[in-house]
Amino acid sequence: MTANDKREILVFAEQRRGRVHPVTIELLGKAIELSNRLPLMVSSVLLGRDAEGEAQELIYYGSKKVYLFEDSSLYNYDPILYKTNIVALAKEINPYAILFGSTHIGRSLAPRVAASLRTGLTADCTNLSIDEDGAFIQIRPAFTGNILAHIKTKTSPSMSTVRYKVMQRAKRDEKREGTIVKMTPLPNAPSWEVIDERVIEGINLPDAEVIVSGGRGLKRAEDFKMLEELAKLLGGVVGSSRPLVDEGWIGKEHQVGFSGNTVKPKLYIACGISGSPQHLAGMRDSEMIVAINSDPSAPIFRYADMGIIGDIYEIIPKMIEKLKRR
Amino acid sequence: MNIIVLTKVVPDIERVKFDAVRGVVDRSSAPQEINPFDLNAIEEAVRLKERHGGRITAISMGPSDVEQTLKDTIARGVDEAILLTDKKFAGSDTLATSYALSQAIKSTGDFDIVICGEKTVDGDTGQVGGEVSEWLGIPYLPYTSKLNYEDGKFKARVELENIIYEVEASPPLLVSVTKDINTPRLPGFREKLNARKTQVKKMDAKGIEADEGRLGFNGSPTWVYKIEVPEEGQRDCKIYKDPESGLKEIMIMLESRDLI
Ligand SMILES: Cc1cc2nc3c(=O)[nH]c(=O)nc-3n(C[C@H](O)[C@H](O)[C@H](O)COP(=O)(O)OP(=O)(O)OC[C@H]3O[C@@H](n4cnc5c(N)ncnc54)[C@H](O)[C@@H]3O)c2cc1C
Ligand SMILES: Cc1cc2nc3c(=O)[nH]c(=O)nc-3n(C[C@H](O)[C@H](O)[C@H](O)COP(=O)(O)OP(=O)(O)OC[C@H]3O[C@@H](n4cnc5c(N)ncnc54)[C@H](O)[C@@H]3O)c2cc1C
Repeated sequence: MTANDKREILVFAEQRRGRVHPVTIELLGKAIELSNRLPLMVSSVLLGRDAEGEAQELIYYGSKKVYLFEDSSLYNYDPILYKTNIVALAKEINPYAILFGSTHIGRSLAPRVAASLRTGLTADCTNLSIDEDGAFIQIRPAFTGNILAHIKTKTSPSMSTVRYKVMQRAKRDEKREGTIVKMTPLPNAPSWEVIDERVIEGINLPDAEVIVSGGRGLKRAEDFKMLEELAKLLGGVVGSSRPLVDEGWIGKEHQVGFSGNTVKPKLYIACGISGSPQHLAGMRDSEMIVAINSDPSAPIFRYADMGIIGDIYEIIPKMIEKLKRR
Repeated sequence: MNIIVLTKVVPDIERVKFDAVRGVVDRSSAPQEINPFDLNAIEEAVRLKERHGGRITAISMGPSDVEQTLKDTIARGVDEAILLTDKKFAGSDTLATSYALSQAIKSTGDFDIVICGEKTVDGDTGQVGGEVSEWLGIPYLPYTSKLNYEDGKFKARVELENIIYEVEASPPLLVSVTKDINTPRLPGFREKLNARKTQVKKMDAKGIEADEGRLGFNGSPTWVYKIEVPEEGQRDCKIYKDPESGLKEIMIMLESRDLI
């Protein structure tokens, strides 16, 4: 590295079945913002097969360099094979920081990379910044969403996993230029042999624009039908607090909160949900929050933009009526 | 089969108090318990032992006052509980914690599988399992919701959100299990009583032959320099006591935001 070279902020570009996961674009958005605070170069690392098209996309989204590892063994995620190559790259370029999405892939891969590099890793960050002294500041919820911890890393690189749907996406611009650096994948014994692979179709809560969620204010599993009808009229999907998922009233993929999905829809309607810290952890950043609850002191009202104090069994059918009459 | 389970003793998260003004967590405000996510790890270990025989060792790092709580692992079917406790471990982040745990695992001899929980309810990083596997240089099967052992191999279902892998891997390896993998059984009265009479084996930094520079505060690259108990996120809520006028305003809002 020559004196003029900028240190890099390296984004792990997670790919699933050949497509870059949208959290990557959010990481690039954040990396670009940080590169204005310190002179840093935004780069990314992509592992996969026939991935040059996606690598070019990463350039359009603001990567100045894309380190591309291509091999058929890298198409599916393998913690050891991925780690081996990322560690080798990190040792070569000595980045300022490495960012991973806080997906299951990111959250299982980053610890292996961090331990191998003997460096610090901050989990599931909801904010990142750089202070006056050039130190990397990482903010993350802990204690099941009850507190926010501010964390610095004493070693280099700083490493973080970053929560999906929290950072602003980078803007795509085909005029952006950058280099694709083709890397030679290092061999290693894989973690496992994949015998079968399935993709679960079905709802994808984090991508929904409207979510109508039910909580313990619901009396029976069948009453989700009422919420479904409302959600459909609004072009949305149904969410749930955890107790109803635990009861088996609705699938786990509908759960919002600390141990479920984090969502940031344009509209979130909380029906009979009290607003526990663990539920709020998953939906607090929604653009518009509407709460319907019979208890005026329910915490959810403090986190909502609009609230109706009353019985969901009275209010929701009325709302459905009004929407149908339009 | 030699099975190791990693378990952490945590405060009961639904009762622990947070001081918003001073930015501190008052751990003494709540009783201790085994990390709820680790109950699934223990249960899975017991199931493997029931089918294939063997021995289960639980390893936990923490202050010495967690000893009694750790006996709960024995009541649930663990054969031996080891507590890593030493002032030198204080202030450990996940890198230092995973280093100490991996040294302790090595000191117990050969093993086939290490099982840990998905995450804890306090530190809440979900990183310790992956880091332990790296220190040990063994495969790591994350987010595992199904686990079997056949013909000398582990068969596991690894859940990567909407992508599900059915994988096969050879021992020794480390698995972190999800809450969906099983329903932990409650220990019976007799088991609890017997567990109370057992001893928890204690080990210190010397006992696990640790490089002291890798332990505790000095061995921890991350540093929590501030804690905030957020009041933020609160909004100015327009509250309607009368459903009719509330719904009217909601309809206006939906229109103005192009939601209908
Ligand atoms: C480790 C851990 C992880 C967790 N993860 C999650 C998570 O991911 N997601 C999650 O949601 N929770 C999670 N929880 C659980 C969380 O702590 C709460 O218990 C849960 O969110 C409460 O759900 P609720 O609001 O539906 O129920 P309650 O808190 O019981 O609230 C029900 C609300 O409905 C109102 N109500 C009742 N009847 C009516 C009616 N007819 N009309 C209108 N309102 C009515 C009541 O006033 C009340 O406010 C977790 C807990 C732990 C310990
Ligand atoms: C507010 C706060 C924020 C923190 N943030 C970070 C951070 O971002 N990065 C970081 O490196 N450290 C962080 N730490 C430190 C971290 O919490 C400790 O290192 C902790 O001892 C282990 O991490 P964990 O609780 O997150 O465990 P997790 O990684 O969530 O635990 C996963 C599994 O590992 C096993 N396990 C975890 N701890 C132990 C143990 N002590 N003994 C036995 N088995 C165990 C259990 O099976 C558990 O289910 C933070 C601490 C606090 C108080």
